[in-house]
Amino acid sequence: MKRCALLASLLLFPVVSFAASSGAWPMEPMKPDLDNKPSLQRGLQLYANYCLGCHSLKFQRYERTADDLEIPHEIMSENVIFTGQKIGGLMETAMSTEAAKKWFGAAPPDLTMVAKVRGNAWIYNYLKTFYVDESRPFGVNNKVFPNVGMPHVLMELQGIPVEAPRQMPKMHEDGYELRDPLVPGKALTEERLVLGVVEGTGKLTPEDYDQAVYDITNFLHYVAEPARMERERLGVYVLLFLVILYVFTALLGREYSKEIH
Amino acid sequence: MEPTQSKIPAMWSAFMVWVDRRFPATETYEYHLSKYYAPKNFNFWYYFGVLATFVLVLQLVTGIWLTMSYVPSGDGAFASVEYIMRDVEFGWLLRYLHTTGASAFFVVVYLHMFRGLIYGSYREPRELIWLIGMAIFVALMAEGFFGYLLPWGNMSYWAAQVIVSLFGAIPFIGADLMEWIRGDFLISEITLNRFFALHVVALPLVLVMLVFVHIVALHHVGSNNPDGVDIKKYKDENGIPLDGTPFHPNYTIGHDLPAIVLFLIAFCAVVFYLPEMFGYFIEMPNFEEANPLKTPDHIAPVWYYTPFYAMLRAATYPLLGIDAKFWGFVVMAGAIVMPAVLPWLDRSPVKSIRYKGLASKVMLGIFIVSFFVLGYLGTIAPSPVATVLAQVGTVLYFAYFVLMPWYTRVEKTKPVPDRVTMR
Repeated sequence: MKRCALLASLLLFPVVSFAASSGAWPMEPMKPDLDNKPSLQRGLQLYANYCLGCHSLKFQRYERTADDLEIPHEIMSENVIFTGQKIGGLMETAMSTEAAKKWFGAAPPDLTMVAKVRGNAWIYNYLKTFYVDESRPFGVNNKVFPNVGMPHVLMELQGIPVEAPRQMPKMHEDGYELRDPLVPGKALTEERLVLGVVEGTGKLTPEDYDQAVYDITNFLHYVAEPARMERERLGVYVLLFLVILYVFTALLGREYSKEIH
Repeated sequence: MEPTQSKIPAMWSAFMVWVDRRFPATETYEYHLSKYYAPKNFNFWYYFGVLATFVLVLQLVTGIWLTMSYVPSGDGAFASVEYIMRDVEFGWLLRYLHTTGASAFFVVVYLHMFRGLIYGSYREPRELIWLIGMAIFVALMAEGFFGYLLPWGNMSYWAAQVIVSLFGAIPFIGADLMEWIRGDFLISEITLNRFFALHVVALPLVLVMLVFVHIVALHHVGSNNPDGVDIKKYKDENGIPLDGTPFHPNYTIGHDLPAIVLFLIAFCAVVFYLPEMFGYFIEMPNFEEANPLKTPDHIAPVWYYTPFYAMLRAATYPLLGIDAKFWGFVVMAGAIVMPAVLPWLDRSPVKSIRYKGLASKVMLGIFIVSFFVLGYLGTIAPSPVATVLAQVGTVLYFAYFVLMPWYTRVEKTKPVPDRVTMR
């Protein structure tokens, strides 16, 4: 096979590492940032291009998204809405559930609240841990969601991700690298399966791919609760008002409670 | 505070005379507020009755507004909640006020009940107040349970499934009863619709009526106090208790108003910054639509039911040829209604924990600890260790009640003062 030949000559970027054999994938943390509008806009763009074809956001409206992400309506209509819907419409997919079931075995789930159900770190790591696995129908498998029935839609961006053995520093269970007790300073290594990308097969560098995945996750974090920014902004004023109100009611109350004692 | 009467404009006075001849407005106002004499020594624990009333009103008002946009149908319920969260102006605020309000309701009601426990507020002549209160508690649990199905999330669905299936453990009639409750062979839109009716009409009516008679009964016999003494024993020449003070405005404004604002600060901090409370107020699987084919990994009720849920799961032995599940149901129902018989279990010559003996204090401490431990155990997945702990906790929970006639009679109590003490 051509891919096997590639494997032999590949140069591996250790994108994410280790524990290939154990069940739970060690999740990299993902800290969302709703103030980072460019990231959210890129996330929306990527989502519309790579995800929305199958995964609807059927509780979220295009217009709301455009307004919250500070995208002019014309740009939104021309570049993001591919279904011919009006801007006030919900972000639905054109694919029918019946067809999707036939093609994928199960209908791709709506992802409006996936960031709440699964968590941000889950999405981030999921999108980073696809790897070539010829035994699967789409030729790829996933570390975070083993045997997932979804193709690696971002492969053209990431390149061909493969799992391959590599000499890696041997780690103590407390997380530090082990040294050879006989040769001072020499690091102990062991062969482990790691994920990497076949060089030159993706449009993005590994760093840019990480950023792209971060942006998608950040966008899904926004979509899961679009009112979050307003909620956290208003909360300050509400609490400030209540603290001031408390001062006055406490002073008033003190006058009345003098009557009690 | 009496001279304020004279400042009221003459027209208003004339109007009130007209009203009072036709409706006991002034009389009611005086009976329940301005001439209702509450003991002078109320402390921190006496905020929670007022706060419970406040939260009740908050739930009614936010509930009415949520009902305006909510769609009680199998296809529409989940989407309508997200519609409220996204498209309705301040819908997210209404919903978070309501979900946080549900948890807050149980916080203040549990603290209100704890006040009753420590100061013996259930004792003669307040047995009916206590019983009505217990009815409110049970109605509140039902109200919360019915309301939890309405978002039609996957945890809504499966929690309802678990609780309704408990009725299936009742011998002979179980299976039919379960079907009758659901109105279907599984939890479905029919179940959703009847739970909606119960949640927005039937139980709120019951709750409001029960709260009304709770207060009527209270104002008939008068409030207890941290010393558990009767303030009506010593009255001045006008028949006003020497240790009493007008509920309004001295307590309403002097005591309760700042407390309500303080409560609101804590409440709004949660509403605006932690509405999900790490999955304790809104559980994460509930962000997925109800799916009869997909059981969540771990079904847990919302935190306020977990002590009772832990007791339900603690029953693991089949007895008399009946399934352990049925006995779990009996234990849980028993744990919920057990406090109702407190007035007849407490044989102490004193009411307040201040003058009770060591045994009462130790037993109360054990009771509270077991309640918290059970509450925690109810949130986690069952394991052999957790089950044993829950069994011990259940025994200790019931021991507080069952042993009460004995330990309250034999322990040495302290002398009770004649008048209230300020401390």
